Amino acid sequence: MRIDQTKLRMVLAGVLALALALGVAACGSDDDTTGGSTAAETDGGEGGAIVSNPANGKVNLTIGSKNFPEQEILGEIYAQALAAAGYTVKSDLNLGSETVALKSVESGAISGYPEYASTALTSFFGLEPEEVPADATEAWEKANEEFEKEGLTAFEPTPLASANAVGTLKKTAEKYELEDVSDLEGVSKELSLYGSPECRQRIDCLAGLEKLYGLKFKSFNPVDIGLRYTVLEKGQADLSILFTTDPQLSAESDKFVILEDDKEVFPAGNVIFVTEKATAEKAGPDYEKTILQVQEGLTLEVMQELDARVELEKQTPKEAAASYLESAGYTG
Amino acid sequence: MIGALPPHPVLASIGGAIEFIFTPQTSNVTGGKEVGGIDQVVELTLNQLELTVLALALSLVVALPVGLYLGHRGTGQLFAIAIGNAGRAVPELALIAFIAAAIGVGVLNLTIALAVLGVPPILTNAFVGIHQVDRATVDAARGMGMTEFEILRRVEVPLAIPTIFTGIRGATIAIVATATIAPLAGVLTLGDFIINQNVYGDDGVLAGAIVVALLALTLEFALAGIQRLLTPEGLMLKTT
Repeated sequence: MRIDQTKLRMVLAGVLALALALGVAACGSDDDTTGGSTAAETDGGEGGAIVSNPANGKVNLTIGSKNFPEQEILGEIYAQALAAAGYTVKSDLNLGSETVALKSVESGAISGYPEYASTALTSFFGLEPEEVPADATEAWEKANEEFEKEGLTAFEPTPLASANAVGTLKKTAEKYELEDVSDLEGVSKELSLYGSPECRQRIDCLAGLEKLYGLKFKSFNPVDIGLRYTVLEKGQADLSILFTTDPQLSAESDKFVILEDDKEVFPAGNVIFVTEKATAEKAGPDYEKTILQVQEGLTLEVMQELDARVELEKQTPKEAAASYLESAGYTG
Repeated sequence: MIGALPPHPVLASIGGAIEFIFTPQTSNVTGGKEVGGIDQVVELTLNQLELTVLALALSLVVALPVGLYLGHRGTGQLFAIAIGNAGRAVPELALIAFIAAAIGVGVLNLTIALAVLGVPPILTNAFVGIHQVDRATVDAARGMGMTEFEILRRVEVPLAIPTIFTGIRGATIAIVATATIAPLAGVLTLGDFIINQNVYGDDGVLAGAIVVALLALTLEFALAGIQRLLTPEGLMLKTT
């Protein structure tokens, strides 16, 4: 009898855990994904293949990233590129939010990580979102100026810029005739907004929508970032905070649409690689050169394709990064 | 004005957290709006308490009758024990994510998710508590002409109070602890301070953790007090 009990317990626990794991995985995937992986369309960048420099082998680098798929892909791209350049590279991805990542760089736990210029300016340096320069180079220069005061430096920006956006189902947008966020005036009282828990207080999210657009929503409901499309599909959310680089916006453009941020509450951030000045000096000129080289191919479309591979097709960030570097001609 | 903090001695951190609980603080990312302070802390604590009470009530309604019945009849032992053990294997974050994706977010759906966590300890302990009551005592009661229900109510349950309450207290702690991450599924609780470090800062994170711990302790003491009131005198351990 005792043996039966233990076996039953194990089987039940195993079945329950398996059922939960399957359920979470199934609910995470989307129904209509674009079939097959097409190679990321890039023109190979002007840099050509990365050349391995044996002198770099004695330099140890650890590349970090923040805690969502797009960040992990970027971290992997940089890590693999630097490895191809001959550096001894480790990756330490999925660190947390921007404050955690910054602390990791300052403490030396990581050599560097990809940040968004807008996030750096608003979260680290206290700028209001409307003060964030719309021009990518200006935003980078401003951020770099502040970073240098702390002994850090930021490399030049990627072509791609990512921003928060107010998104909704296409039929909701048509019903209320919504094109810009300003069109929500008067209508927003009837609509529920869903966003990440931190969105509620942030000036580049709900707080900004309330203060700068003067919008009042029927309700704001915090949900995990991973559920931002699920709540729209399930009809629970009228509006949801999405990202401009989300793969669903191109893969399912007949279903989801984002509203134009006409008052510029959501500053767009190009990706800039943040690292300590001392690390950059020790690592030699190939450090910055390699990073800038592989960034050239990172346009919005390419990032969306890579995000799609990881979030919709369930590839790992490592695989997606490797296929990007290869098809763009930087490696292999 | 970068978000970096020099290493703090532990007391200074706790001091910062206490201050966060009582006085609103400025935050880098809110565009001037203050965060924290006693009003916000109380609001989130009440939300968490509401969720806990609702989920506990649902668990009790579902699990207690089943556990008491099976324990009294002496059948379904495998099921009752297995439920308890399987329940301990459930990963809370995955459960919340699963329920959120499957049936949706919000107070009602979260209550169901949290009740799933509360049912196993209550059911198992109710079963074990009743089942372990001395058979001779139960036979004597039956011999005295009590109905089955009277036996349960007047003999078995009072004697099983300590075990039953162990289950209820275990369920409460599991529920209140998991209710902390409810902001990921649409309900604003103290986890908001912990999840959003970039809004509330390290002080906020620690403050959130402290208040959750205090809430759990308060509930523990409250339930211990109720248990004391319900435990028959003969069972109370007397010193001297």
